[in-house]
Amino acid sequence: MKARAAITNIGAYLLLAGFGLTMSVPLLWMISTSLKDPSAVGLYPPRWIPTRPEMVSVAGKQYPAGLLQERGRRATVAIVAARPGQRVILDARGKERIVPSSSVVPKEAIHLEWSNYARAWKALRVERGFLGLLRNADGFLVFYLNSLLVTFCVTTGQLVTCSLAAFAFARLRFRARDALFLAYLATLMVPAVVTMIPLFGLMRMARLTDTYWALILPGLFSAYGTFLLRQFFMTVPTELEDAARIDGAGPFSIYWRIIMPLSKPALATLGTFVFLHTWNDFLWPLIVIDDLGKKTLPIGLAHFQGPYLTEWHLLMAASVIVMFPVLIVFVIGQRYFVRGIALSGLKA
Amino acid sequence: MSALVKRRARRGEAPSRGPERPRAGREGRTAFLFLLPNAAGFLVFTLLPVLAAFGLSVTRWQITGSPSWAGLSNFSAILGFAREGRGLAASDPEFWRYLYNTVFLMAGIPIGLALSLLLALLLNRRLRGVVFFRTLFFLPQVCSAVAVALLWKWVLEPDVGLLNSGLRSLGIADPPAWLLSTQWAKPAFIIMTLWMTVGGYNCVLYLAGLQGIPAELYEAAEIDGAGSWHRLRHITWPMLSPTTFFVLVISLIAGFQGGFIAAFMMTDGGPAGATTTLMFYIYQRAFRWFEMGYASALAVILFLLVFGLTLINWQVGKRVVHYQ
Repeated sequence: MKARAAITNIGAYLLLAGFGLTMSVPLLWMISTSLKDPSAVGLYPPRWIPTRPEMVSVAGKQYPAGLLQERGRRATVAIVAARPGQRVILDARGKERIVPSSSVVPKEAIHLEWSNYARAWKALRVERGFLGLLRNADGFLVFYLNSLLVTFCVTTGQLVTCSLAAFAFARLRFRARDALFLAYLATLMVPAVVTMIPLFGLMRMARLTDTYWALILPGLFSAYGTFLLRQFFMTVPTELEDAARIDGAGPFSIYWRIIMPLSKPALATLGTFVFLHTWNDFLWPLIVIDDLGKKTLPIGLAHFQGPYLTEWHLLMAASVIVMFPVLIVFVIGQRYFVRGIALSGLKA
Repeated sequence: MSALVKRRARRGEAPSRGPERPRAGREGRTAFLFLLPNAAGFLVFTLLPVLAAFGLSVTRWQITGSPSWAGLSNFSAILGFAREGRGLAASDPEFWRYLYNTVFLMAGIPIGLALSLLLALLLNRRLRGVVFFRTLFFLPQVCSAVAVALLWKWVLEPDVGLLNSGLRSLGIADPPAWLLSTQWAKPAFIIMTLWMTVGGYNCVLYLAGLQGIPAELYEAAEIDGAGSWHRLRHITWPMLSPTTFFVLVISLIAGFQGGFIAAFMMTDGGPAGATTTLMFYIYQRAFRWFEMGYASALAVILFLLVFGLTLINWQVGKRVVHYQ
């Protein structure tokens, strides 16, 4: 029995490892490409470890190095020029010779081109960006700051407004409470695309397109967040509140001193959801933001793709730049995140 | 989704709390203050736009100027057919084509569900390092979809891309051109979506479902001599049917709204419209051609599709789903 369990465990590990490898291959490929010298990007067959041609210097000049194989001996030579089927080389003694191309193999050395990241970071210039505070700044710096600003405002705002409303729905009695809550629930199943066009019209009417307000305002409220928190608040026992009420605590201090501290896991869950959702949001910013200085990371990356369409090393470096903070937040917050999905059964 | 949400809400509905004496008036005022920030935003940025979408769908509106009444002409222009020669011709053939594309891309959903279930079964075994694998499988889901789209555009590059290089080294001399081929662009999108989603939300929901199955059931089955296949077939699968059903519904709903970022970043809906989904079509009509009324009508049709799907699924679900 024990032996069989061990065998199935090994089988499970093998399957997990196989899946894990398949899942990570594209991500590793992205990182590998982002560190390649441009000359190594389009090589066939592809290389996993980034390399670049090794150089030798002969008489003060740099040439690509090659490995010459002749009469069973190998020697490093400098490749001066290439002709069809032939190579012009300088051998170790500095003598120029012409040899068949099949006998010289270009030498390559492992080389991580970290400067790709700096190049991608600086590739776009923004004249005025991030609340107009930065002039002639690096594109991705501006996109980062914009994303941070918008995500911070939306996440904080949504936690505040949703928890307040959820408290009212869970703990207070008022007229039309259930009808209003039902209206909240009903909008949960309306696809975002339905509200997109009217919302855009609204923003235009209010002259808010191409402002941070357009990015932040619609995100400050959510039926989903209210629902999630209300469900959690319902599970918090009332005894503490009753005691506090006898001591003369009003609704706000019950909300702030009792419910909120007891609901940290739910708030963390919602916070993680909202952070990831806002950070990665694409369609809405794409529609309402035109000014490069106000673009967030995803639409900044989309903009970056235009002029650098085939420079894959730079595109991949930029993609890593965009993905990185999200991965960190996820790895830190994944406990809450996973619990949140299981708890609410809903995607953000 | 909504019905489930409502059911849960009802279950969570506690009997009215607090002292018995009526203090609804004061409490009402307090509640108003608590609700104000959220409800004001909800009214202006959610409820009003939802209603406005229906209103705009019966207008002609070019974003500048004000909308003019168009009756149901947008809908008949989208859905209508006209006699042409011997057969019928759709008045907006693109709509039907893009609807077909959207449904085609959903072909990956059953495969995705099966793989998610398999992953969840593996992750549910109490093995060392399971959290590492769970995190790894989930990663693609939280990565910025724009970056993922760029990454896959590179992986799918026909000449030196990773996928075709791999296929060539396996002896396939002439692998598909993927995103450049009208025939292979949609399968390429399906592969990418599978990579993004198999370890994601669906897998976590399955995992939660698995952990909710009482251990006694398995113990009893073991005493009766049931093998692992039988336990999977007769306990796990039926006990998971609510999860499967729920996951299927939300995947279909997401499927109808899918494909925007991939189309925008990778193919611009091409080649020759092969990867244009309904979402991308709505975007094109609204924000490239500024036909806001027409696009709103498309959005309303998309909403009705999603809504109808929810209703049908719910009816079917009542019959086939096994609730404990």
